[in-house]
Amino acid sequence: MPAGRAPSDNDAKAMKMITAIIRPWKLDDLQMAVARLGVQGITVTEVTGYGRQRGHSEHYKGSEYQVEFVPKLRVEIVLDEASAEAVVEAISNVCRTGKTGDGKIFLAPVGEAVRIRTRESGAAAA
Amino acid sequence: MQIEEGKRTKGSSLMRGLGAALLMMLPALVFAQDAPPPPNKGDVSWLMTSTVLVILMTIPGLALFYGGMVRSKNVLSLLMQVMIIFCIGILLFAIYGYSVAFTEGSNAFFGGFSKVFLKGMTGDSLTGTFSKATNIPELGFFCFQATFAAITPGLIVGAFAERVKFSALLVFVLIWLTFAYYPIAHMVWFWSGPDAFTTAEAGAAANANAGFLFNKGALDFAGGTVVHINAGIAGLVGCVLIGKRLGYGQTALPPHNLPLVMIGAALLWVGWFGFNVGSNLEANGFATLVFTNTLLATAAATMAWILVEWIVKGSPTILGAASGAVAGLVAITPACGWVGTMGSIAIGAIAAVVCLWAVSGLKKMLKYDDSLDVFGVHCIGGIVGALLTGVFNSPALGGTDVYDYVANAFPNPADYSIATHVISQAWGVGVTLLWSGIVSLVAFKVIDLTIGLRVTEEQEREGLDTVSHGERAYNG
Repeated sequence: MPAGRAPSDNDAKAMKMITAIIRPWKLDDLQMAVARLGVQGITVTEVTGYGRQRGHSEHYKGSEYQVEFVPKLRVEIVLDEASAEAVVEAISNVCRTGKTGDGKIFLAPVGEAVRIRTRESGAAAA
Repeated sequence: MQIEEGKRTKGSSLMRGLGAALLMMLPALVFAQDAPPPPNKGDVSWLMTSTVLVILMTIPGLALFYGGMVRSKNVLSLLMQVMIIFCIGILLFAIYGYSVAFTEGSNAFFGGFSKVFLKGMTGDSLTGTFSKATNIPELGFFCFQATFAAITPGLIVGAFAERVKFSALLVFVLIWLTFAYYPIAHMVWFWSGPDAFTTAEAGAAANANAGFLFNKGALDFAGGTVVHINAGIAGLVGCVLIGKRLGYGQTALPPHNLPLVMIGAALLWVGWFGFNVGSNLEANGFATLVFTNTLLATAAATMAWILVEWIVKGSPTILGAASGAVAGLVAITPACGWVGTMGSIAIGAIAAVVCLWAVSGLKKMLKYDDSLDVFGVHCIGGIVGALLTGVFNSPALGGTDVYDYVANAFPNPADYSIATHVISQAWGVGVTLLWSGIVSLVAFKVIDLTIGLRVTEEQEREGLDTVSHGERAYNG
């Protein structure tokens, strides 16, 4: 415990970051599903990559390219550990098509979170 | 009787003999020394409009066509190269280019210096057309030809895109215009004009110093040889000497903005009506044939390219459609005032298929990095168009044949020899390839040994936009 700071409820609540790699067109469904569960913050990045789903071939005049990488979205949500399981389940259900390329979800512990505007920290800031 | 529109006649001995024979059968014609008729306002309007269309072909047509095909870190370098070369081309043509290309010199290869700095040329100066007793303002002709001289070197840059040093390129353009473009334009296009053909002997005498290839009977209505074969071979020499791009053959180097490529190609097609139809120098019925040929050949070429692409590669592409259109336009350029409408469709389709092979099969076989296919489309397309002009000019195949300015009539269609004409066309092709190839080789070598042709490896990886121009194309 850092010296000079009283313990609070926030310190006890551990946080997790959910990183979901999803099909780009599933974003709206995901956003509505997690909003229903009370998630208030989300960050989205355009990424490219591959798992088992391979790419396709493209041709430009004389040149032919085998493009391995597939465009995806990376969705990051930081929330308290207790809520994480329900959100992961919701994301999985909404993003699943059953075909190769549905994506993956990773969970990682988050050491600290700070809200810039109010200087709150801990799970309240997540 | 429909008025026959004048076209170039070849000054070969066959024509002189035929003309003399016809002349003997006609009553002697006496021409009064009238003041030349003033230019027709329709002709002048069309000439100026055509000139504007050719400017549009370069900026932004060619600039966008090329710019979209390279990676985003190099797009500005292509826009700069095309635009700045255009300006240099215009100015150099005014300083001495017009004089060297379009005045009489002491030989059949270079003109004289009588119109250096456009000496003596005012709004009242006149020059001839392809019809007798029909003139246009010389400054109008100058501007039109200046835009040709300014777009042609711009075509070349595509061959060594993404790695050429900007300063080296500008020096090359000055040398190449002077020693390749102006003399070839002179050789193909410089002649006395139709009014000199009062008799066969008078015509021959007036054309003693006409362009070397003109006197060989080579037909090039709007510049298949002068512009496309000329630029195309210079591009091939350049890309071989400069070498391949880093990563060529291993990394994917796809176009960064195909919408820009299509926009550029569309502007080229639209502007090309100025390039081809403006070369008629008159706004008359014949001009509408040139227009039709340009329209049909390009549509046929586009379809041929994407259909072959669809079958062989699996899908039709917009890059293919754009390239097919340009290939068709290149091929119809020498032919548009010499062939018939169905001949144009044939020329467009054949050129597209040959060029498609040139940018894929031939390129892989010979292993050169002609980045934007200047050789494959402009040189090969120009050669196909030039040779097929000799074929489809035949009246039997719907062509216009070559007007006899002495007899003031078209020759007997039965006398047309495809073989003779194709040989004349081959002269044009061969001399241009050799002349421009050698000038380019020497120019590139000299520049490479002095200032260097290529940027450093590090600069090439960074991208020419920031390295050569201190700018980034897409900010935030």
